Amino acid sequence: MTNLSAVKRKNQGFKEKIEAESGQSVTSCYQCGKCTGGCPLSFAMDYAPRQIVRMVQLNMKDRALNNSTIWLCATCSTCTARCPREVDLAAVMDTLRIEARHQGIKPKEKDVALFHDIFLNSVKKSGRVFEMGMTVAYNMKSGNLMQDAELGLPMFVKNKLNLTPDKIKGAKEVKKIFDKVKEIEKVEGGH
Amino acid sequence: MKRIGVFVCWCGSNIAGTVDVEKLSEEIGKMPNVAYSCNYKYTCSEPGQEMIKDAIKEHNLNRIVVAACSPRMHEPTFRKTLAGAGLNPYLLVMANLREQCSWVHHDEEKATEKSIALVRRAVQKAEFAVPLEPTTDSVTGRAMVVGAGIAGIQAALDLADSGHEVVVVEKEPTVGGRMAQLDKTFPTLDCSICILAPKMVDVSGHPNIKLYTNAEVDKLDGYVGNFTATIRKKARSVDEEECIGCGICWEKCPNSVPNKFDMGLGDRSAIYIPFPQAVPSVPVIDRDNCRYYETGKCGICQKLCPKDAVDFEQEDTFVEEEIGAVVVATGYDLYDPTRYPEYNYDKYEDIITGLHLERIMNASGPTDGKVKRPSDGKKPEHVTFIQCVGSRDSQKGHEYCSGVCCMYTAKHATYLKEHYDIDSSVFYMDVRAFKKGYEEFYRRTTDQFEADYLRGRVSRVYGEGDKLIVKGEDSMLGEQVTLETDMVVLATAVEAKPDARKVAQTMGVSYDESFFMTEAHPKLRPVETNAAGVFLAGACQGPKDIPETVAQASGAAAKAINLISKDEIENDPLIANCDTSRCSGCLRCIPVCPYSAVTEEEVTEWNHGEEVTRTAVNVNESLCAGCGTCSAACRSGAMNLRGFSNEQILAEVEAICL
Amino acid sequence: MKYAYFPGCSLHSMAEEYNMATELVMEDLNVELREIPDWNCCGSTPAHTTSHLLPVALPARNLAIIEKEGLDVVAPCAACYNRFKAANKELNEDDDLKETVNEIIEMDYQANVEVLNLIEVFQNDDVMEILEEKVNVELKNIKPAVYYGCLLTRPPEVTEFDDAENPQSMDQIMEAIGAEPVEWTHKVECCGGSLVMARSEVVLKLSRDILKAAKQAGANCIVTACPLCHANLDMRQEQINKKFGDDFNMPIFYFTQLIGAALGHSKKNLGLKRHFIGSEGLLGSLVG
Repeated sequence: MTNLSAVKRKNQGFKEKIEAESGQSVTSCYQCGKCTGGCPLSFAMDYAPRQIVRMVQLNMKDRALNNSTIWLCATCSTCTARCPREVDLAAVMDTLRIEARHQGIKPKEKDVALFHDIFLNSVKKSGRVFEMGMTVAYNMKSGNLMQDAELGLPMFVKNKLNLTPDKIKGAKEVKKIFDKVKEIEKVEGGH
Repeated sequence: MKRIGVFVCWCGSNIAGTVDVEKLSEEIGKMPNVAYSCNYKYTCSEPGQEMIKDAIKEHNLNRIVVAACSPRMHEPTFRKTLAGAGLNPYLLVMANLREQCSWVHHDEEKATEKSIALVRRAVQKAEFAVPLEPTTDSVTGRAMVVGAGIAGIQAALDLADSGHEVVVVEKEPTVGGRMAQLDKTFPTLDCSICILAPKMVDVSGHPNIKLYTNAEVDKLDGYVGNFTATIRKKARSVDEEECIGCGICWEKCPNSVPNKFDMGLGDRSAIYIPFPQAVPSVPVIDRDNCRYYETGKCGICQKLCPKDAVDFEQEDTFVEEEIGAVVVATGYDLYDPTRYPEYNYDKYEDIITGLHLERIMNASGPTDGKVKRPSDGKKPEHVTFIQCVGSRDSQKGHEYCSGVCCMYTAKHATYLKEHYDIDSSVFYMDVRAFKKGYEEFYRRTTDQFEADYLRGRVSRVYGEGDKLIVKGEDSMLGEQVTLETDMVVLATAVEAKPDARKVAQTMGVSYDESFFMTEAHPKLRPVETNAAGVFLAGACQGPKDIPETVAQASGAAAKAINLISKDEIENDPLIANCDTSRCSGCLRCIPVCPYSAVTEEEVTEWNHGEEVTRTAVNVNESLCAGCGTCSAACRSGAMNLRGFSNEQILAEVEAICL
Repeated sequence: MKYAYFPGCSLHSMAEEYNMATELVMEDLNVELREIPDWNCCGSTPAHTTSHLLPVALPARNLAIIEKEGLDVVAPCAACYNRFKAANKELNEDDDLKETVNEIIEMDYQANVEVLNLIEVFQNDDVMEILEEKVNVELKNIKPAVYYGCLLTRPPEVTEFDDAENPQSMDQIMEAIGAEPVEWTHKVECCGGSLVMARSEVVLKLSRDILKAAKQAGANCIVTACPLCHANLDMRQEQINKKFGDDFNMPIFYFTQLIGAALGHSKKNLGLKRHFIGSEGLLGSLVG
């Protein structure tokens, strides 16, 4: 059972924060379910996307930030394209993931978050994604050492794998972008 | 000497909650021409009005300012109060403190300051108020009803039964409208045409009704009580007087085109009557699809007609009708579901709308009442209904609820099970079944006829083999679901007709953002419009079901009868008036007048002992609607709007701005 | 006609064949593509799921470089295209954001660069005329299921490109080169995208649904404009067959590869041999 009054007292302002950061009126949602009905990933999610919106509407912060749904959303925007209330749900999902990170909540789909980190690290290092290096790093860190090993050889044979990163001249500029963004968002996201 | 009395109304807490009414009446009381000032909780109440009457006598007041709500609400009330106290009613000036101040502001201090300015304005205007007397006009005791669906039919019959002549103008070749297309009606499952057809026949046979079908109102001139309608009778290519409706022509016509009445599901001939019960039973030639008009050859219908009634040369004709009142009952249209590409309505034949299903289930429809899939003619075992297609959707449809779809879908699901043993599932958002007998009907649909109601808005429909796949969420389950089904029926939204705006403009009626015509007041004047003498009936004013439409049509008829039963009506004296001695004859007021009320005239006057004739203008008091455009355009200050005279307006501006 | 060209990371690695075919075809159609100097990754999905600023700043650096050159940019990768469009939209709607981002990238970007996907280059009468003129190989019996995926058309208010539910533009190009695109149901369904690393079983299911729908509709190949979709449908097809007991053998083409074939380019030059699922059987002797 959820004591909605207590939840609201505890998490006052959560809905407004998500609305402000996503630029979306979560309040407008009338829970029709058209988002969930068309969501390609909903079969793998622990909550329906519609339910995540409901949690935000009711300021149920803990549950809204700690679920597999926000991590499994592939931002395909099918929901956004069909929403009769003009809510960009994909943007709300982005905001919830970002907020979960800011709050230091351990991602329920840790590998998804790990992949995003490793991808961005790769970009931060050389300015572009180094697929080979990224895959190896991911396999190491996720503990799935042999994941997709069977793809390795044919990819190599078909020349689909670059063995060295494609480092750009402006790599330093790109790193600076990452650093500055981190600095700004630490200040803004810290509240 | 002007002795002005000012009455500040609290309107309960509506005004007094934001405006310091005590301070307001005190400040206004200090104005030199104000002889008396007070405030009162409900000025419009009987004791409130008595208070004004007493004060008029006691303080010998001869101008009254009531600072309360909008004059649209209570100006008539307080004018009567003045008359009751023996004052001319037009010596009243109102200040709108509610809609224009307290309701829209929160800061008490500033709101009070603004209200003082508003009342000061009214006081200054009252200073120049003069007694006015209304003129009267005769009334044409006939009415016109535009549109002959169930709304127009009901209004016309009520009007005609009250002894008044009625002109009925219907755009289509037959009366009957949308209701004629329906198979059954909720919540009683009466056969629609069975209850409608007798009324259709009554309209055509009523001695007081003059029926024009295949006709449109081109123009409406005149004013309340005395309109002239110009009606275009579109060429039917068949002489209505001669035709006996024998049917030889449409049986022998060699051309075949999709039948619009059957939603394109079946065919009809090029010369046709829309459906067997059509009134009048006189065919019309669809010239766009007639072989004779296409090639100049054929003419079979003409050759075979025993009455020689087919006339290929017929042209549109115009008639004028004098009427005192108009009832607009032009109906509605349905939302085009191709605007939901995710439902693939234009891709799969077995995705249809509710109106298609009505025709399919109808005994005189394209399948003789057998339920068959349009694609392969097979009987569906399972039908899925999708609600709210185009309703409650600010992205691709209308924000409003169409109000009838929940019930017509329940009707469809019930009837499919009861008469065809076809199962159905219904995707819905909320079931809105709030009128008499509706909830009970809906319960029977689920309990007795076992329709599966699934709560959720469908996300997508697509084909797989010869099945249709409906994908959505069952939000009670909290899970994405798919359903294999044989036919999908979309409950498409009710919307204004594509030409609704044009019709409204012809009738002088205003319309909302969805092009539904607007009533004069949403609660208290639901069938009147802001055009005096023009009334609304049915779905042209907003989505409605049949019971509500019929009730509103009778209401509109009653209002029209009330008007045209009078021998004469009072004209509002707040109209323009030209002081010809000051008129320079520039005639700028003539083209700007929207009512053609200003006309040029010759005036003769004495100038230095000589008789001089020169040009000036005159205002027709019956035609003038008091809009004031002419007085704004007048350069010499000769044109004045009574009740809003130039000196009054200047005094008001001064009171507010200085 | 001249555009700035942003190939993106994939077209320089896994999807190099898309780059090869695109460059050949564009040259044939007299469209000059100038690869922008020293471009960086657009940030793709990981950036916008991690930060509000990063997904705008990373494209903005590229766009600022392009703006200086005064050209419109073509981004053949659906993901890069989408990120560029989204960044532009956000910058145009929010002056404060523009200021912040310009401070971050230490450049002055006014958000005036027009971003096009590669299909849009063909929405030009001159280009289509040249194409129709130059087609010299009849693509007989090539029945592609034209697959748009997510990022080309969604969200519609960002991409403002084609119909979000039933796009036609790529089909029309296919018809113009003599292929016979099939009517099918999964044109704009999601393949699972970048979830492939963390939750490959999810992507296998979604990609399988797409392959199944294409096969059911009578397609003998799938055509795409997205490197990630291509990777999931092509490289994973064997895993799908194994996992679900299917026997798909459906070649997946980048749309410029089929155009290149119609224009007479060789398999080798179009990089067709880089695909996991061979197209020998389908293209046979049509293509050299």
